[in-house]
Amino acid sequence: MNKDHIVKSFDEDLKKLDNFIAEMGGLAEVQLADAVEALIKRDTDLADHVISMDKKIDAIEEQLDEHAINTLALRQPMADDLRVTITALRTASLIERIGDYAKNIAKRSVVLSQSPPLGPTKSVGRMATLVQGMIKDVLDAYIARDVNKAEAVRARDADADLLHTSLFREILTYMMEDPRTITSCTHLLFVGKNLERIGDHATNVAENVYYLVTGELPPDEREKSDASSFTSLDADHE
Amino acid sequence: MTQTHASLDTVRSQAVSHARSTSTSVKIASTGVNVFYGAKQALFGVDLDINANEVTALIGPSGCGKSTFLRSLNRMNDTIDICRVEGEILLDGTNIYDKSVDVVHLRARVGMVFQKPNPFPKSIFDNVAYGPRIHGMTNSRSELEGIVQTALEKAGLWNEVKDRLDQPGTGLSGGQQQRLCIARAVAVSPEVILMDEPCSALDPIATAKVEELIDELRENFTIVIVTHSMQQAARVSQRTAFFHLGYLVEVDDTEQMFTNPKDERTQGYITGRFG
Repeated sequence: MNKDHIVKSFDEDLKKLDNFIAEMGGLAEVQLADAVEALIKRDTDLADHVISMDKKIDAIEEQLDEHAINTLALRQPMADDLRVTITALRTASLIERIGDYAKNIAKRSVVLSQSPPLGPTKSVGRMATLVQGMIKDVLDAYIARDVNKAEAVRARDADADLLHTSLFREILTYMMEDPRTITSCTHLLFVGKNLERIGDHATNVAENVYYLVTGELPPDEREKSDASSFTSLDADHE
Repeated sequence: MTQTHASLDTVRSQAVSHARSTSTSVKIASTGVNVFYGAKQALFGVDLDINANEVTALIGPSGCGKSTFLRSLNRMNDTIDICRVEGEILLDGTNIYDKSVDVVHLRARVGMVFQKPNPFPKSIFDNVAYGPRIHGMTNSRSELEGIVQTALEKAGLWNEVKDRLDQPGTGLSGGQQQRLCIARAVAVSPEVILMDEPCSALDPIATAKVEELIDELRENFTIVIVTHSMQQAARVSQRTAFFHLGYLVEVDDTEQMFTNPKDERTQGYITGRFG
């Protein structure tokens, strides 16, 4: 069975969608890495660079949108071709959001670099490393159409959530011990939240890969381990 | 990803489990249908249920046997000398190939519309009245006029031709001629309408009118349509059957077939990877 379409330009059109995703995804990976480095190294120039680069990701998303819509109109793709087109649209939107979160981290790192360094920043770094790994692996899984790799990324979201919950508590404790750090700690809380959301989006991409390949949604419920919404350090609730 | 099956038998048994509809309203049930043109076998062991009041689309590359199967459903293959049909085709539980079956009456119950519109060289009125007349369906002229009007209304043609019923059917446009042929089929109160690429010769607007008509007709009739257009099969049918090299490869709900087919050959065909 020949995997290529009889009309070669159809194959080229579908390949273009993959190319856009790879380009956007690669940029998002770099943006996140740079934003986290700007935070840890207190490098405001790097932070400014991340902030200005975000529009590049947005521009690629627009191109992908247009191309996907044209493909739907002109090719009327069916079966796996249809799933490829729809999944590209969904995934582009997720990657664009990841880019936005990276930009937001960079913005906050500028404020954070104006105050004394915070202890919990180390934990943020650890969480960022985990989430960066998730993005890299899920993009590889997408391009390779590798369901197993995608499922493995999905499983790691539970770890990311656990890290976020403990980071949340750590920052709350830090703030309570020294109220002068409230402003910077609040920004750091948002950074932690951004990372947690990025992990969720990487997991959504993994679910998209599963759908693209199998035509079905993943069977089991995704484990939601982020308990930060329920976290309280008040004495009477401990 | 769709699987490549180790053997044809596996494919066939899986296809059978899909072909055997769980719906209680099966109009035509075919089992083990083999069709031969002389020594050449054109269909191999086809098991396929056609549900009542549904549109079933038959798709597949040229020469796959879909039109041969369609013609077996009202024994049009009888008109071909060297054609031989084996197996069972039950219409409402009765085998249509049984010796006791009146083939002319069968073809009134199971009507057919062809690819090229073929109105009789008669007036529009007589085109539609011909069937009811020869089947002795009416006792009076006014009854006949009623049947003709109803049929033309059902075919969505009445308003366009009501003031010129005595004009030749061949004077209509292609799309109108095809709807006239549908009216002609409908006039003898069939239960099933077979359509062999009914829109191939029509422009997009005429095609859309026929598709709208098919949608309306299925309230009262069962429809089986052979089509080369994947998009048409996707638009008009509830069930789709994919034929390849004389075998029924896959049959499923149309939505499933076109979003996530089970067989690699089905996917290859509908996405334009072969055919």
